[in-house]
Amino acid sequence: MYPRPFHYHRASSLKEAATLLAELGEEARPLAGGQSLIPLMKLRFANPSHLVDLNFIPGLSYVKQDAGTFRFGPLTRHAEVEHSEIAARIPIIHDCAAGIADVQVRNRGTMAGSLAEADPSGDWAPVLLTLETQVCCLGPKGERPVPLAQFIEDAYTTVLDPDELISEIAVKAPPTNSGGAYLGFKRCAPVYPSAAVAVQLTMEDGLCREARIYLAAVGLTPIRASEAEAALAGRPIDPQTTRAAAEAARATADPQPDMRGSADFKRQLIFTLTQRAVDVAARRACGEHVEVSHIYA
Amino acid sequence: MPETQRVPIKLKVNGKLSELEVEPRMLLVEMIREALDLTGTHVGCDTSFCGACTVLLNGLPVKSCTVFAVQADQGEVLTVEGLACQDELHPIQQAFVIQHGLQCGYCTPGMEISAYYLLSKNPSPSEKDIRKAIAGNTCRCTGYQNILRAIETAAEMMRR
Ligand SMILES: Cc1cc2nc3c(=O)[nH]c(=O)nc-3n(C[C@H](O)[C@H](O)[C@H](O)COP(=O)(O)OP(=O)(O)OC[C@H]3O[C@@H](n4cnc5c(N)ncnc54)[C@H](O)[C@@H]3O)c2cc1C
Ligand code: FES
Ligand code: FES
Repeated sequence: MYPRPFHYHRASSLKEAATLLAELGEEARPLAGGQSLIPLMKLRFANPSHLVDLNFIPGLSYVKQDAGTFRFGPLTRHAEVEHSEIAARIPIIHDCAAGIADVQVRNRGTMAGSLAEADPSGDWAPVLLTLETQVCCLGPKGERPVPLAQFIEDAYTTVLDPDELISEIAVKAPPTNSGGAYLGFKRCAPVYPSAAVAVQLTMEDGLCREARIYLAAVGLTPIRASEAEAALAGRPIDPQTTRAAAEAARATADPQPDMRGSADFKRQLIFTLTQRAVDVAARRACGEHVEVSHIYA
Repeated sequence: MPETQRVPIKLKVNGKLSELEVEPRMLLVEMIREALDLTGTHVGCDTSFCGACTVLLNGLPVKSCTVFAVQADQGEVLTVEGLACQDELHPIQQAFVIQHGLQCGYCTPGMEISAYYLLSKNPSPSEKDIRKAIAGNTCRCTGYQNILRAIETAAEMMRR
């Protein structure tokens, strides 16, 4: 399958890429890992006339920690995050990176591309929303930081202008008494999850001081499960509170029936995944080392 | 649309230097199969799912139906044809024969490249490691058991 013909441009810096995008107009798109864009172009759902390839720009793939901030580059691949010891300091980030698709897709696909794509089933947005995340947007007029919650406007829609690029993703380090987990249910590796839950809990004196819970793939954008969060805040994490949170999350989910399952099935997945993710997050917040991976059908 | 753009690229495929001009929309797998006539790499789904088209690009497994050929410029590609050493099959290929790791053989080139990458990083993989490494390679025939055995056997042969 061939995409429509397009013109190929290779930028040598991010700034040059933004300038090129501005000159070429709305029919131009940046190309990062290509793991969303190329399949869409082959199906001719996306038909850009110009692609600006970011892959030959040096220095864009990194994972760094400076003081209390973790920084991910505009071309940092899922696999680099998966194997990064720095990123592993935030376990929910490692869970997410290691669970995206398969080896081949993780070697190409990028965190920035995933946020820019804003696919309703994408994994990075719900995970990074449980943390304090800023998306740096670079355009010909300069750079602006946008909190992730404001960055995503709707399914496949972000605040990025056509000539703007994500230049960095900055995540504030969670406190040491905080722990998170990301768990999804997948039919097999190379597909998006049928449903997934991201949980980040901060514990103090045996009680949950703060809970952040986002539901993935069960709405047009990641859904904040505020009632589930309220069911945990100020309380101990025990089977009763965990169940109450999972019931609240199930009620908050807004899934569409599709080839991945009926709406009821997905709600039930959210219930079970929330229970498990809350348990793992609470144990990690208390310093326990817990390894988890998505559940495969 | 202005006239068709052609981009000169230069890359190494299985150690051999190639210089060619490609249309930007040409996929890496099409360049490999059609321009270089290396038809070992297969196109299964053509929708980024099945992994039949897996090759190493700059040392990493990628689905070559989901990368443009222009993106391999200045790079190195390894396809299944690059595994064998002159007339001798690579231990991974021998192990697939010994363990009946294939039936129709459609998935095999991609499977073997994924196995090659795994074993270059991890000479003694557990069954779980193998399953993770080939999670992006679909086989519609074997039920995977013999593929797992083949990769285990290959690991043993390569450790000797
Ligand atoms: C078989 C398969 C399975 C997958 N499974 C999953 C999964 O389980 N979970 C999951 O989350 N994802 C999954 N994906 C998607 C994958 O994670 C993509 O890599 C990701 O969604 C997009 O990142 P990319 O770097 O490939 O972006 P591209 O495809 O290159 O680009 C996507 C969009 O973002 C824009 N863009 C890219 N980079 C920037 C930037 N720096 N600034 C501004 N705009 C930019 C592009 O113009 C394009 O519009 C899967 C993909 C495949 C092919
Ligand atoms: S042909 Fe490339 S993934 Fe199936
Ligand atoms: S042997 Fe037929 S698809 Fe694997």
